[in-house]
Amino acid sequence: MPKIITSKDVHLSYGSKEALHGISLDFEEHEITALIGPSGCGKSTYLRCLNRMNDLIKGVKISGSMKLEGKDIYAPNVDIVDLRKRVGMVFQQPNPFPFSVYENVAYGLRLAGEKDKHVLDERVETSLKQAAIWDEVKDHLYDNALSFSGGQQQRICVARVLAVQPEVVLLDEPTSALDPISSSKIEDTLMNIRHEYTIIIVTHNMQQASRISDKTAFLLNGDLVEFSPTEKMFIHPDDEKTSDYLNGKFG
Amino acid sequence: MNSKTSNNIATGVIYFLVACVLAILVFLLGYILITGIPHVSWHFLTSSAQSFAAGGGIRDQLFNSMYLLVLTLIISFPIALGSGIYLSEYAPENWITGVIRTAVEVLSSLPSVVVGLFGFLLFVVNFHMGFSILAGAIALTFFNLPLLTRSIEESLQDVSELQREAGLSLGLSRWKTITGIVLPAALPGILTGIILSAGRVFGEAAALIYTAGQSAPTVNYGDWNPMDSASFLNFMRPAETLAVHIWKVNTEGVTPDAAAISSGASAVLIVVILLFNLLARMLGRWLYKRMTATK
Repeated sequence: MPKIITSKDVHLSYGSKEALHGISLDFEEHEITALIGPSGCGKSTYLRCLNRMNDLIKGVKISGSMKLEGKDIYAPNVDIVDLRKRVGMVFQQPNPFPFSVYENVAYGLRLAGEKDKHVLDERVETSLKQAAIWDEVKDHLYDNALSFSGGQQQRICVARVLAVQPEVVLLDEPTSALDPISSSKIEDTLMNIRHEYTIIIVTHNMQQASRISDKTAFLLNGDLVEFSPTEKMFIHPDDEKTSDYLNGKFG
Repeated sequence: MNSKTSNNIATGVIYFLVACVLAILVFLLGYILITGIPHVSWHFLTSSAQSFAAGGGIRDQLFNSMYLLVLTLIISFPIALGSGIYLSEYAPENWITGVIRTAVEVLSSLPSVVVGLFGFLLFVVNFHMGFSILAGAIALTFFNLPLLTRSIEESLQDVSELQREAGLSLGLSRWKTITGIVLPAALPGILTGIILSAGRVFGEAAALIYTAGQSAPTVNYGDWNPMDSASFLNFMRPAETLAVHIWKVNTEGVTPDAAAISSGASAVLIVVILLFNLLARMLGRWLYKRMTATK
């Protein structure tokens, strides 16, 4: 399978403190990759490098190479707006816009210049279906998205990202603020779309990683400890630290 | 003293303090309304002021106040919005923005008499504007700007960082994220800022005495050409506002019913500010609905 994102020796520092000490990870197209590790290990930081969300933080320095389909993400001529259209993101806290459900999902498309009502309607419906939330919102499309439960809001956020049809979807602990039932619905959603999108998910929940991901990367204190197919990692980890973490000896 | 008693005492003290504030408010409002409302009649609202005889109204002053408010907002709102957006969304944390913020604060604490005299010297005399609504509106802009800028900046800051991240991560430009997501979300707060500053503008007298002037020439309410000197929309004419009128009637009024006029005008002033609040809130709710659930 072709690699869609490659990264080599990525270092990141906030001021004088280095948070990532040279991480090299490649992601294959249409796979789910999970990034696991204890709090503060750098997994979210790494994820946010992929769509340059770390640019927003002052004093961040990033070195090394990160490429999306062979093109450097950090090249000076890169259009960040375009990059973020291709690499969408779902956050830890559900953050729908204070608009209607319909408008939340259609917003990105509208801004991209789509005006045809039929196209919009159809794309909104498809995205909401992909995100496994259609049945719950189809009669409330014009209600404010903030009036739904956290789990529903999070799936609306997933639909919002899918509507602009990115190639890669980044999820930053998307279920850590949700109850188990909502979490499992988000997992269903990811299983639904796994063959159309490349998914990279940061999670605290090791069971979740083992349930849904094809490959898993284990990070510890800013280093990549192990990166292998999920099944292998959970049954025969190469590194002792991985095995200790998976067995709950720390973290 | 256990935690339950201290909690009760604290709650009691807080209730007492709130009651004090409420009592002062009720007393003031009640006093002004009770002494003023009996003098308010349709005739009072629709006839022009008299210089010497009794029975004068406040029609022109009332209109001038509202016109001045609208003009002031037209001038100050775009500037305040722009600088509020800059300070909240773009300004880097360095000494220049520190200086800007301090300057804004200093500007807001200028006594309004000083603003009025400054406006008099610069606009009325130096720029040959004469006593005019425009000179008044610009002077009011000076001390309206800091408050408005500050409140817009703060309402924008109150919008969660998550919303900005959501917009940016969706491939929206910075500007589009601000105008399309942050601004609508901040709208209720911005509106409160406008209402507060409008109340101040409406009640302002000192800064206007030397800028908008103390006379209310008779204007023609049928003349819609702002360039016409007799038109009610002409903004180069002197225009005594309601607050200035109250001050003037009280200090140098020679009409036999001066006390009644000032009480009536005060009551009208308060009622109008109240109505303006309600209206602005309704408008805000409608706008918020329009901007957030486009249907």
